[in-house]
Amino acid sequence: MNDLVTRGRATRASTPPRPPSVLIRSGNWGGNNLALTALFLFLPPERKRFYQNVSISQGEGGFEINLDHRKLKTPQAKLFTVPSEALAIAVATEWDSQKDTIKFYTMHLTTLCNTALDNPTQRNKVQLICAAVKFLETDTICYRVEEPPALAELQKNEWDPIVAWAENRYNVAIGSSTSITGPNIPASTKDTFISHLASYNMWALQGIEYVITQLKSLILSMGLIDRHITVEKAVLLSRLEEEYQIQRWGSVEWAHDYDLCELRARAAAGTLFVHLCSESSTVKHKLLQD
Amino acid sequence: MAALGSPLRTLRGLLRELRHASARAGRPYRDTPAYQHVMAAFRAHRVTSEKLCRAQQELHFQAATYLCLLRSVREHLALHHEYHGKGERSPREVAGLVGFRLPQQPGGKGWDP
Repeated sequence: MNDLVTRGRATRASTPPRPPSVLIRSGNWGGNNLALTALFLFLPPERKRFYQNVSISQGEGGFEINLDHRKLKTPQAKLFTVPSEALAIAVATEWDSQKDTIKFYTMHLTTLCNTALDNPTQRNKVQLICAAVKFLETDTICYRVEEPPALAELQKNEWDPIVAWAENRYNVAIGSSTSITGPNIPASTKDTFISHLASYNMWALQGIEYVITQLKSLILSMGLIDRHITVEKAVLLSRLEEEYQIQRWGSVEWAHDYDLCELRARAAAGTLFVHLCSESSTVKHKLLQD
Repeated sequence: MAALGSPLRTLRGLLRELRHASARAGRPYRDTPAYQHVMAAFRAHRVTSEKLCRAQQELHFQAATYLCLLRSVREHLALHHEYHGKGERSPREVAGLVGFRLPQQPGGKGWDP
């Protein structure tokens, strides 16, 4: 562990001094994960662009990113390799479009790949699926309001078609509720989603869970993954109440628009990540059709 | 299937965003792997008849998603530059944010020399 930390620090000699290295090493922070998390908490959100050229090379484990002559590594110092070339190109574009400073908060695809490679929460496939399906109990679009009547009607008009689509597509019962405890989701519905999600690989699942936590809705996320709705539409539906309030009270650029752009970027990154990571089957599909 | 509009429109939007992205790094965007990949993918999946082609639809959805990602990141960054991470604002700027102006005193304030 200490090795890793020192190595990490050595390569980052150019960054401004970070405070509590003592804290990181003393072990007060618990296990390895916490110490690493602490290490990255203290990293500045931006650092100087230390490379000129970004290129892609094909290695044994997949596609790798090269910054000048160095290979890109994950925060846990693993080699950064991705399974699909398109994903590698998108990640390389993220790195190449950084001007002067590297802004990590704009590099959503890189972040997702890092999460998939390092798996910082150490969860396995079953745990990931359970976490995703748990969102169904508190799914945004199943919680309805009774007043104001205009908002209640808006929710009914906008959300009902998506719920109906999901019920049809997966042949399950979902429903909606105005009570604080939420709708009663039958166990068979959960089982259906669990077995459906099990057909995705680990990488895609990380992406799916990311989209779900961003949109706060399993149903909207599945609509995105199944290409039933666009990212813009999914984000709009996820923020329906906020949009209603904006229409009534006005929009504040530095809060509402800022959130909107960030949520769109995150949802789009997650969706693209899932599609690119589960693509091999799609490509086969295309060949069969030709 | 989501309504996506014309693929050509998506392609134009994508190229526009890629141009923005590589302008930030200061290099011609036609040399970037992203440009070449996007062009190759769009060329390979051109359909000449009006057949419904599922593979093309999937690709178009992917392109639209990528376009949304690039555009939102650019807009988010612009807003971030405008409003965040610049430290404390002056009273005049704070007043301006909520649509107020600081009062003017034509002859200077009473306690000014």
